[in-house]
Amino acid sequence: MEKTINLTLKVWRQNGPREKGRFETYKVNNISTDSSFLEMMDILNEQLINENKEPVAFDHDCREGICGMCSLYINGRPHGPDDDVTTCQLHMRKFNDGDTITIEPWRSAAFPVIKDLIVNRHAFDQIIAAGGYVSVSTGGVPDANAIPIPKKDADDSMDAASCIGCGACVAACKNGSAMLFVSAKVSHLALLPQGRVEAARRAKAMVAKMDELGFGNCTNTGACEVECPKSISLSNIARLNREFLSAKLKD
Amino acid sequence: MSKLNARIPEGPLAQKWTNYKDHQKLVNPANKRKLDVIVVGTGLAGASAAASLGEMGFNVKNFTIQDSPRRAHSIAAQGGINAAKNYPNDGDSVFRLFYDTIKGGDYRAREANVYRLAEVSNSIIDQCVAQGVPFAREYGGLLDNRSFGGAQVSRTFYAKGQTGQQLLLGAYQALMRQVNAGTVKMYTRTELVDIVIVDGKARGIIARDLVTGELQRHFGHAVVLATGGYGNTFFLSTNAMGSNGSAAIKAYHKGAMFANPCFAQIHPTCIPVHGEFQSKLTLMSESLRNDGRIWVPKKKEDAEAIRAGKKKPTDLSEEERDYYLERRYPAFGNLVPRDVASRAAKERCDAGYGVGATGLAVYLDFKSAIDRLGEKVIEARYGNLFQMYEKIVDENPYKTPMMIYPAIHYTMGGLWVDYELQTTIPGLFAAGEANFSDHGANRLGASALMQGLADGYFVLPYTIQNYLADDIRTPRMTGNEPEFVEAEKAVKARFEKLMSIKGKRSVDSLHKELGLVMWDFVGMGRNKEGLQHAIQRIAEIKKEFWTNVRIPGDTKGMNIELEKANRLADFIEIGNLMARDALNREESCGGHFREEYQTEEGEALRQDDKFAYVSCWEYKGEDSDPELHKEELIYESVKMVQRNYK
Repeated sequence: MEKTINLTLKVWRQNGPREKGRFETYKVNNISTDSSFLEMMDILNEQLINENKEPVAFDHDCREGICGMCSLYINGRPHGPDDDVTTCQLHMRKFNDGDTITIEPWRSAAFPVIKDLIVNRHAFDQIIAAGGYVSVSTGGVPDANAIPIPKKDADDSMDAASCIGCGACVAACKNGSAMLFVSAKVSHLALLPQGRVEAARRAKAMVAKMDELGFGNCTNTGACEVECPKSISLSNIARLNREFLSAKLKD
Repeated sequence: MSKLNARIPEGPLAQKWTNYKDHQKLVNPANKRKLDVIVVGTGLAGASAAASLGEMGFNVKNFTIQDSPRRAHSIAAQGGINAAKNYPNDGDSVFRLFYDTIKGGDYRAREANVYRLAEVSNSIIDQCVAQGVPFAREYGGLLDNRSFGGAQVSRTFYAKGQTGQQLLLGAYQALMRQVNAGTVKMYTRTELVDIVIVDGKARGIIARDLVTGELQRHFGHAVVLATGGYGNTFFLSTNAMGSNGSAAIKAYHKGAMFANPCFAQIHPTCIPVHGEFQSKLTLMSESLRNDGRIWVPKKKEDAEAIRAGKKKPTDLSEEERDYYLERRYPAFGNLVPRDVASRAAKERCDAGYGVGATGLAVYLDFKSAIDRLGEKVIEARYGNLFQMYEKIVDENPYKTPMMIYPAIHYTMGGLWVDYELQTTIPGLFAAGEANFSDHGANRLGASALMQGLADGYFVLPYTIQNYLADDIRTPRMTGNEPEFVEAEKAVKARFEKLMSIKGKRSVDSLHKELGLVMWDFVGMGRNKEGLQHAIQRIAEIKKEFWTNVRIPGDTKGMNIELEKANRLADFIEIGNLMARDALNREESCGGHFREEYQTEEGEALRQDDKFAYVSCWEYKGEDSDPELHKEELIYESVKMVQRNYK
C-alpha cells in the first residue's frame, strides 16, 4: 500500500542575482513515497500558490534524468542522497517521516543564482563553444562506415559522451572545478578518429576557456565522480591532462 | 483551395528532390551575410537548421526557452534513428523506408515529402558520424543496427538508449561552433510570444526574456519555427514539462493553418500512472520490444489476484499468460506499430485483464530474452532503461516483468507546410515535430529523430534559400516599424490581462483538468458523443481559466507561473482544435481511433473515399469557429490498402 510521510523543508529563497538570499522553512504533509522529489516540490508550490505566496523557482524539464536541467543541492549533496540519479529521478522513498530536508541551489562562483534555486550555467555553453566539437559543416562528409572504429573506443567514447551538462560535478567540488565536464567532452571526441584530428587544439581551447570563466582548479578529490548522476569516470580527467600536456609540449 | 498549394516539384517521385535542387534559386555568399534568419527552438530540427544556416553564411538568431540549447526535449529520445543504409543486407532501400513510413502513417502523409525524408536519411547518419556521434558498433568496427516497430528490416542506428541525446549533442556542438564563429547569436531563456507580419510576410518575432520579463523585438528576413509538439495538452505525457504548442498557436492566429491536430501518438510502452501528484509519464523505449514480450494473464482470476497483490507475475506459467500481440499479429508480433500496440493494451485492460494496482498496465517481460542471451547482453542493450525503471518503480526488471501502459508521446499534426516546409504565411517555415508533414496519422519509431535532422540539415538550408533569393534587396528592419510596435503592444496587453485575473486556481490545477478531459474523450478511443462533450468541457475550462486563474508575482523578473499560464491558454485552444478535428474525421486511421469506425476484429477502419485529405484549420477570430480546408492526398507510387500486420 501507498506510504506517506511528513517533512520539513528548508529552502533557499533569493529574488535575483544581486539580492540577498535566505532560508525559508515550509512543512509538507502526506507526501507519497512513490512521488519524485520534484513532484514533492510541485506539491509545495501548489500549497504556496493556494496561500497566495510566490512558488519556489527551480529548474527542471524532462523529468527523466537526461536533459540536465534539474539542479538541486539536497542535504549537502548535488541531486540528493541516491546514487547515479538526477534530482528528478530521486524518489521520496529515500526519505523518512519527520525528516528535515535542506534544499539549496548549485553553489559555484561560475554559476550565479538567477532566482531561488535556479542558477546560470551559461559558462558550460561557452566552454563547448570554445572547441567542444568536430569542425565539420553540413554535407560533404564520407560514408558513415568509411572509417571502422574499434568497438571498445566507440563504447568508451559513448560513456564519456553520456554527460548531461548538469553541473553537479562543479557543485560537488570544493574548488568549483569543471574538470569532469571538460574532460568528458574532450574524451568523447578524442577517442574517435573523427575527433582525433583536432584533439590538441580542442583540449587547449576548452581548458583556457574554463580557466577564464572562474572555475577552480582540480585537486583530485574525486567528489565530482561520486556525485555525477551519469557516473562519468575520473579517468577522463587523467586523459584530459595527458591530452593537454602533450598539446602544450608540442607548442 | 488556392490557400493550400503544396508546391510539389514535377517529375517521378524519386526525381522530385533532385529536380527541385537543380532548379531552385540560390543566394550568393555576399548576399547571405545581409540576410537574417530567426530560428525558434534548439532541438534536433532547430539546432541543425541554425547550425547549417550559420555555416552557409546567413545571420542566424536562435531562441530557446531553456538555459542551454542542449536541453531541448529531443535529448530524451531513446531508441534510435532510422536510415535506409541497408548495412545489414536485409533488403532495405530508400523506397522501402518510404513505403514503411507511408504505410505506418496509415496513408495520411504526403508522398513527396516522405520520399524525400527517406532519401536524405542516409546523409544524416554520415553527418552524425562525422560530428563524432558515438553510435553503437559491431566488433568489426562498423555500425550496428536494430529493428523497430512497423518494419521487417533492421534500419535503426542507436547510441545505447540515449540516441536522441547523442544526436542532439552533435547538433548542439555544431551550433556552438557557429556561435563561436559569430554567425549564430543564441538567446537562451527567451520565449517567442508573437510573430510579426509585415506586408503579409513573416518578418520577425516578439520574444520575452524569461529572466527579466522584458519584451524584445527581433527582425528576420525569414522565421523558422522548430518548437516541437503539443502533447502536453494532455498534461500527462512523455514530453518535457516545458514542451508547449504556443509558437504554433501564435502562427495559427497570424494566418498559418494548423494541420491534422487530432493526430497524436500514444506510445505503448510507458511507465503507468501511479498517483494524482504525478507530473509526467516516463517512456520506456520501443527498442525494448525487440527483446521484451508483452503479456497479460490469460484468466481474469489471475489478473484480479495480481491486482490484489495475492499473486506475482512470476507465479504464472507460460500457459497462463496471453502474449496478445504475438497471438493477434503473428507476422510482426511485439513489433507492431505504436498505435496498434497501444490499442491492443487498452483493449485487454478494458476487458479486465490489466495488472498493477490500477489495472491499467500490462507486462513487458524479458525472461525469455535473458534465458536466451544472458543478463549481460540485455544489460548492454538496455542497461540505462532498466536502471531508470528501477529508480522510478522500485522493482528490478531483470527479475520481474516491467509494467507498462500507453501514454501521449508525440503529435503528428502541426503547422501545415508545403514541400518547402513553408507555412501558409510567406517567410514562416516550420520544421521537425512542429510541422505536420511526414508521419501521417502515426509515426514509426526512430523516425522523429530522422525527420528533425532531415528538415534541419538537408531540407531547410535548400528551401529557405529559394525564398530568400527574392529578398536580397529587403533591408533589415529596426523593430520600430508600426507592425512591431503593435505586436508588442498586444503581447503586453495579454500578459497584463493574465496578471489581472487574480483568481483562485493554480495553473496546474486547470491544466490537469484539461488533461483529464483530453485523455478521457480525445485520447486512445474517441467517439462523436465524447468529442462533443469534450468541446463543451474545454470551453468551460477556457472560461474558468480566463476568470479564475491565480498567478502570483508580476510581469517583471522571472515568473514561472506566468510562463505556464501563458502556455496553458494556448493548450486550451489546441485541445479545442484537436477535439474538433477528431470530430470531423469520421474514420479511424493511425493514432486516431473513432470507435464508430472499426473492423470486426477491432482494427482501425479508414474511409479513403471521404477522408484521404489533410485537414487544415484556419483561424477565424476569437469568437468564431475555425474554417476547415482540405489538401487532398494523391498517391501515385503506393496503393492505399488496409494496414495488415498479421
